[in-house]
Amino acid sequence: MSDPLDAFTGKSDTKFDAPGTARSVGWTAPEKVRLADERNPLPLDCGRTIAPVDVEYETYGRLNQKRDNAILILHALSGDAHAAGWLSDPDGLGRPWLKSRPGWWDNMIGPGKAFDTTKYFVICSNILGSCYGSTGPSSPDPETGRPYGLRFPVVTVGDWVRLQARLVDHLGIRRLFAVAGGSLGGQQALEWALAYPDRVESAIIIAATARLSDQGLAFNAVARQAITTDPCFNGGNYYGGATPDRGLAVARMLGHITYLSEISMRRKFGRRFCNGYGPGFQLGVEFEVEGYLRHQGEAFVERFDANSYLYITRAADYYDAAKWGDGDLDRACRRIQSKALLVSFSSDWLYPPAQMKELALAMGRGRKRVSYANISSSYGHDAFLLEVEKLAHLVRCFLEKR
Amino acid sequence: MANGNRFDHEIIYGLIPGGATVLDLGCGDGELLMSLIEGKGVRGLGIEKDIDRVAETISRGVPVLHADLDEGLAGLPDRHFDYVVLEKTLQAVNRPLFVLEEMLRVGAAGIVSFPNFGHWQVISSLLLTGKMPVTPILPYQWHDTPNIHLFTARDFLDWAEEKRVKIVQGFSWYGDRAAPFSEECFSLAEEVLFVVSRYDQE
Repeated sequence: MSDPLDAFTGKSDTKFDAPGTARSVGWTAPEKVRLADERNPLPLDCGRTIAPVDVEYETYGRLNQKRDNAILILHALSGDAHAAGWLSDPDGLGRPWLKSRPGWWDNMIGPGKAFDTTKYFVICSNILGSCYGSTGPSSPDPETGRPYGLRFPVVTVGDWVRLQARLVDHLGIRRLFAVAGGSLGGQQALEWALAYPDRVESAIIIAATARLSDQGLAFNAVARQAITTDPCFNGGNYYGGATPDRGLAVARMLGHITYLSEISMRRKFGRRFCNGYGPGFQLGVEFEVEGYLRHQGEAFVERFDANSYLYITRAADYYDAAKWGDGDLDRACRRIQSKALLVSFSSDWLYPPAQMKELALAMGRGRKRVSYANISSSYGHDAFLLEVEKLAHLVRCFLEKR
Repeated sequence: MANGNRFDHEIIYGLIPGGATVLDLGCGDGELLMSLIEGKGVRGLGIEKDIDRVAETISRGVPVLHADLDEGLAGLPDRHFDYVVLEKTLQAVNRPLFVLEEMLRVGAAGIVSFPNFGHWQVISSLLLTGKMPVTPILPYQWHDTPNIHLFTARDFLDWAEEKRVKIVQGFSWYGDRAAPFSEECFSLAEEVLFVVSRYDQE
């Protein structure tokens, strides 16, 4: 059997639903819309406003006549609007890596899948500050005409959700049937339930917590340090020249360590040597785990902007659902009107089950309609992309209650 | 358990007033809570340790937390619920007394039902065959039973007395009919159900 991690890293395509097959949403092309301009800028948590703001998004399935079957999917740190299907023109968008793989949650979104596109109208948009079509640090700053770089405002999960609400308005949808996401996407789903309680019918929060632990903050700090100390970083003004690839690659390698678990690493690499037999008495890549991380780092710099990594990790650091209750999570949760499904994974140490259960209990103390399940998995944080069968079953049970 | 006996189910449904808050410990597939939510407007929450049953409960639209009762109910405040239900669950936990304590902490009242190991058929089966009894109420073999702490109605009453827990109501299931619990004929009861509460909370 092939390792699901290979599917995740794009080494194997045997598990993918091909574009013409029954369970695929088929070929997709992103849309772009301007949701803030000079007359109607987007207010940000930092106190500034930003305009113009463009948002890239994709949709799958059809909005019904009552406009009550929309599900908003929220992506994680390095994700994009391309959640399902196959991009029809990856080269035209400058994203050649998407030729060989479908959208990042293709195993959950499609006809007959957990987010069934024959029933639901599924929306996914790229977050503010990212580098996949929505306005971010690489976009032109209207004041200078040059890319923002570090002049880009520090954005938050709250800002992302505020912008997503504009997108939902633009699509003519008042109330979402569901919001759903994993990791940083799960925190956006939680933020939706808190910020727009009357616009969300159900929230699916996966592999996420009310806030990142100090351990998580520490990893993000090191990742950013790797980027900002790269000789090519140049205060974030590297567009058009050499990019801080080494720093970004190290940041991503660090990230991948936090996405795996001790046991998933042991199973995948088992201290094996790349040369197949033993020490070569050299300081380069010796172990398979080193080769894997290096590959992940190198592949990532081809597809991601270092400044976006800085801004998005900072947003992850800042997020704290308790702010809706002036620091009191119980009080914050009392705002929630939607029902909620919380799913954690037993070996996830970045967003640990115990912390997710805390969130579930905070909602429970507020007598909210909350369900919590902890899926037994060895895949660590990455399980939210890999434990499809178990996750899909829970999501289906939740969305399609008898 | 899966023996189709619904005696406690119906009694619990009858006991719980409309609009009450109910915690079901070991809620299984969530059927009891679903009927209480739909039929009586109860605000319910289940706790279940088997993830497949958690999924079934979710599919009934019943809120449920995936957790092990033996780890307690930390995080749920004192007297948070009007009723806490232990429907044929107590005999299957590792720490029954701890679970009972937790039940009485988070609930104003507890409802506990369990197979009565003191039933005459159980006793005589053990006596005559020398083997662990297999009866309609206790249908498992000794090695595959989820019932790891079997006890009798009298054991339970002893516990209540010792811990100064008040028995508010009691019911017995005689195989074909339910009746108020009577200590004299307790060995005729296949199953029993008690409503309990703390004296000091009355």
